[in-house]
Amino acid sequence: MAEHAHAHAHGAGHGDAFYVRIWAILLVLLFVSVIGPEFGIRVVTLITAFGVAIVKAYMVGRHFMHLGIERKWVVWILAMMMAFVVLMFAGIAPDVQLHNGQNWIKLYEEPAPGSGAHGH
Amino acid sequence: MSSSKPIATTRSVMNLPTGRLALWWVIASEIVIFGGLLGSYIMFRLSHDAWAEQAAITSTLAGATNTFILLTSSLSAVLAHQAAERGDGPRAAKMLRLTVLGGLGFLIVKSIEWTGEIQHGYTITSNLFWSFYYTAAGLHGLHVIAGMICMLIVARAAARNQELQRVEIVGLYWHFVDVVWIFLFPLLYIAK
Repeated sequence: MAEHAHAHAHGAGHGDAFYVRIWAILLVLLFVSVIGPEFGIRVVTLITAFGVAIVKAYMVGRHFMHLGIERKWVVWILAMMMAFVVLMFAGIAPDVQLHNGQNWIKLYEEPAPGSGAHGH
Repeated sequence: MSSSKPIATTRSVMNLPTGRLALWWVIASEIVIFGGLLGSYIMFRLSHDAWAEQAAITSTLAGATNTFILLTSSLSAVLAHQAAERGDGPRAAKMLRLTVLGGLGFLIVKSIEWTGEIQHGYTITSNLFWSFYYTAAGLHGLHVIAGMICMLIVARAAARNQELQRVEIVGLYWHFVDVVWIFLFPLLYIAK
């Protein structure tokens, strides 16, 4: 326990150069996420945009926020909150994304994009 | 130890300083706030292919520039934490002020971007895509401003080698703001 606190207090023992290296990797990943969609292939876009975003978030969380050496229950609390978001998504998505279901029909139609935009 | 000190600086709960524990709870609640907003956006985006036309209007260059700025400011925030751990308050303060400068750069880019979009008629009331766009990016922008104000306060004390434990706490908040943008960027600027 004391070792954990010591490690956290000293950023897991890393020097400044370590964090600069992580930052450089994050910039390379940013470049990949910008270039990926240029190929025009949907799967590549999904992987380079959202897959890379997950990797970037993981690296910031693990190395900059020191979640890798933080108490496990802190990580679990954050994971639980993300699970609540997924639960909300699963509960609401059918109503938003489907046009009919068991004994119901969605009467509302989203206006065509741009129909309300003015001045262009 | 002075009795006038706030409890957060003098007490530890479950071997976690109270200040850091409180910040983790803030982040936990923020995950639900931003998660709910982004989750709703994804639901609508998946069921309205035509939103891609609207997303194509947003500037990838502005989004990528802001991602670069926030990633770089996250680096200066973690370097401030490192300096604070070494007891080097003045360097921690300098790094925090650099982080604030990054936040300012982010807001300037965002202002230029929004001015152009609003001038072209794309406002928060144009349609549901732009409502999500301005709400999500605006809420995130408010978090950036809040972080900048907190950092300036913490940096002022850190420069005098006071309350150095706060450097890590304000840094954690800033990294979270960075993580939120990491997801906003592909959702609003890349997926076209």
